[in-house]
Amino acid sequence: MPESLTKFIFGRLTLESLPLHEPIVVATFVVVALGGLALLGAVTYFKLWGYLWREWFTSVDHKKIGIMYMVLGLVMLLRGFSDAIMMRLQQAIAFNGSEGYLNAHHYDQIFTAHGVIMIFFVAMPFVTGLMNFVVPLQIGARDVSFPFLNNFSFWMTVGGAILVMASLFVGEFARTGWLAYPPLSGINYSPDVGVDYYIWALQVAGVGTTLSGINLICTIIKMRAPGMTMMRMPVFTWTSLCTNVLIVASFPVLTAVLTLLALDRYVGTNFFTNDFGGNPMMYVNLIWIWGHPEVYILILPLFGVFSEVTSTFSGKRLFGYTSMVYATVVITILSYLVWLHHFFTMGSGASVNSFFGITTMIISIPTGAKMFNWLFTMYRGRIRFELPMMWTVAFMLTFVVGGMTGVLLAVPPADFVLHNSLFLIAHFHNVIIGGVLFGLFAGIAYWWPKAFGFRLDPFWGKVSFWCWVLGFWFAFMPLYILGLMGVTRRMRVFDDPSLQIWFVIAAFGAVLIAAGIAAFLVQIFVSIRKRAELVDVTGDPWDGRTLEWSTSSPPPAYNFAFTPIIRDNDAWWDMKKAGYRRPLSGFKPIHMPKNTGTGVILAVFSVALGFGLIWYMWWLAALSFVCLIATAIGHTFNYHRDFDIPAAEVAQTEEARTALLAAEGARA
Amino acid sequence: MASTAITAGAEPVFHLEEEHAHAEGGSTMLGFWLYLMSDCLIFAMLFAAFGVLGGNYAAGPAPKDLFDLGLVAVNTTMLLLSSITYGFAMLTMDKGRVGATQGWLAVTMLFGLAFLSIELYEFAHMIHEGATPQRSAFLSSFFTLVGTHGLHVTFGIVWMVTLMVQVARHGLIEANRRRLMCLSMFWHFLDVVWIGVFTFVYLMGTLR
Repeated sequence: MPESLTKFIFGRLTLESLPLHEPIVVATFVVVALGGLALLGAVTYFKLWGYLWREWFTSVDHKKIGIMYMVLGLVMLLRGFSDAIMMRLQQAIAFNGSEGYLNAHHYDQIFTAHGVIMIFFVAMPFVTGLMNFVVPLQIGARDVSFPFLNNFSFWMTVGGAILVMASLFVGEFARTGWLAYPPLSGINYSPDVGVDYYIWALQVAGVGTTLSGINLICTIIKMRAPGMTMMRMPVFTWTSLCTNVLIVASFPVLTAVLTLLALDRYVGTNFFTNDFGGNPMMYVNLIWIWGHPEVYILILPLFGVFSEVTSTFSGKRLFGYTSMVYATVVITILSYLVWLHHFFTMGSGASVNSFFGITTMIISIPTGAKMFNWLFTMYRGRIRFELPMMWTVAFMLTFVVGGMTGVLLAVPPADFVLHNSLFLIAHFHNVIIGGVLFGLFAGIAYWWPKAFGFRLDPFWGKVSFWCWVLGFWFAFMPLYILGLMGVTRRMRVFDDPSLQIWFVIAAFGAVLIAAGIAAFLVQIFVSIRKRAELVDVTGDPWDGRTLEWSTSSPPPAYNFAFTPIIRDNDAWWDMKKAGYRRPLSGFKPIHMPKNTGTGVILAVFSVALGFGLIWYMWWLAALSFVCLIATAIGHTFNYHRDFDIPAAEVAQTEEARTALLAAEGARA
Repeated sequence: MASTAITAGAEPVFHLEEEHAHAEGGSTMLGFWLYLMSDCLIFAMLFAAFGVLGGNYAAGPAPKDLFDLGLVAVNTTMLLLSSITYGFAMLTMDKGRVGATQGWLAVTMLFGLAFLSIELYEFAHMIHEGATPQRSAFLSSFFTLVGTHGLHVTFGIVWMVTLMVQVARHGLIEANRRRLMCLSMFWHFLDVVWIGVFTFVYLMGTLR
């Protein structure tokens, strides 16, 4: 084949782009490929493709989409954590002249991929999945406002994840750190495909995130059951609303700034270049205008989870509901006024730095108010230390430390000393692991019975809990100490042997966390095995307070046979106290959206478009772009997107539940 | 609403007897507004970039050397007229007159195409004179801001063609009215953005 033709077809993709010379990557590839083949083989062998396609991939049911988001988050957590433990190992051994086992080229990709994956493809899918599953149930709705859009958003997130994963084996990932600051991420200093993978993975996933944000805002504003005023919404729904407002008001900024970076790299414009009037610091400003709201996008829903868990497991109404709502809203607004604290050292001057330092410190006030609200909810409560509550207490103890080091970093003179150090790394892992991840585990343990109809095994959950919590403290407290001693982040080798002990302790912590993750997987496996023992037919295993516990577990496709009427913000608690009896007759047909494969197809074209752009395969990019638009337009020609679940089918589903409840009642 | 339901009878009632129908597409307008606001933020970023970089000519051409205000005035007129004619399309839609609606949409599209043609001519002229997007940060941000707006107009036109086909097929049914309403908001939104472009980029640029 003539060279020009090869170049036309494959762009800059050559055999040398495959990392065959990197034994670690090859070994990973072999493992992943074998695992993947085994999985695909099993799905084929058990003839599950049709089932998966019809019941899951094309589903517009918010519950199934929520669960798929959680699966995505879990899979990517394994990838992101592999990166983490590789870094810990490298830093623990690269002393006394040892180069460790990772070369600089590889190590730089690992710390970049770790950050990108953990934020965009672990935390975001987990949080979005939780909101997707829970919010419609909490507000008494049948689905979200735009069910097809929901499916599409999910698959775009998957598309972004696929591009990041592809970079591991085809080409390479960015070596720039997780925010890809120019000029390093510009074409002059990063001429290869790494930054392009970064850009297009985030752009594809970002479309999904923004649309999912719009969808959930509409759902919360428009689809609440009658009687549920704004101030009667469960706190998780409130925090979800604020999070989605933040998503819609910040992700477009990321889209814009990454587009400008892409233009610099592809077209040769001069937004962030060093010459022709470009201004790299503008990138840093713009990306943090997205980036700071992003951290609140991650934490706010988990504040909601902790609120639900604390009041449920204390058997009490949440203390200070109104102040909780206002605190959430204040955090939402303030999160836009602090971005510059990420680069105090840029040289904005004392006045600007003071302003942003003070706004940053002010955020700790509403957050502190929340902390006290949870404590006062527990005070004189009848606390049950089930798994979700354990995670909540661990969160309170851990997160407070992270919050205080955050306030410390908000002092500009202190930040001048500590910025870019391991102290910062310890701080944000302290709030993200101690807040977001602990909250996710609390939420998963709390809502798992709702999603699947049986509880998670408590023993393995406790093993996972202790490994995670102790692992976190072992892994990150040494980094605080090292940071105070001046050790900077993203270092591959070290000269001073006295530092090594701290890195060894941190690596030990990472191993504990690995055990925690393993125990979590075992917990899921064991729980599925023991599902008959752990079954819950009541739909209300924790003596819950909010509406999702009023329906069966798992809920039927239509969530509620009748639309509930709400008169209190602990709606289900109120119903139970008032002697609520489940309606047993009078069912009506229920109007529901139809499944569609369009979301999957659009995401496939988007991935192809991204891949074509990354590798300069212009024909592929153009072709998939045309297909993308054509499919999207074609979809709008389908006017028949809904169907009715017949009343008889609703009656049948509800009668089955009545029988189950009666059997349970007889047994008790 | 809830209070009447609760007091009906001795026992409180916690559900609606009748199927509580959320009107088909009842969230669409709110959703589309939210989308427009997110799009507005993208433009805000591009305006901000122009605000920061708009004076960085890098010893290259400045707005005074490049902008032909007469041409831009004609272009602005095209877009503003297209907004008015889209308004006429919506008025005739409300009266249920399919033919007239299609006619006004076609006129709107022609104005939109005229706008795009003039813009492309302007770009071609600038590039021909060496004022390419690569020449300076000012030109990078100029082409990106104005070009992004132009791309939006292009998509608006593709969307308009699609809707005209759909109206021809199904008439002014509820779904199609909703879609025309969304496009209407989109189109007027682009008009508002253009007024910003016209003011901040062209007029103030020439004063610079």
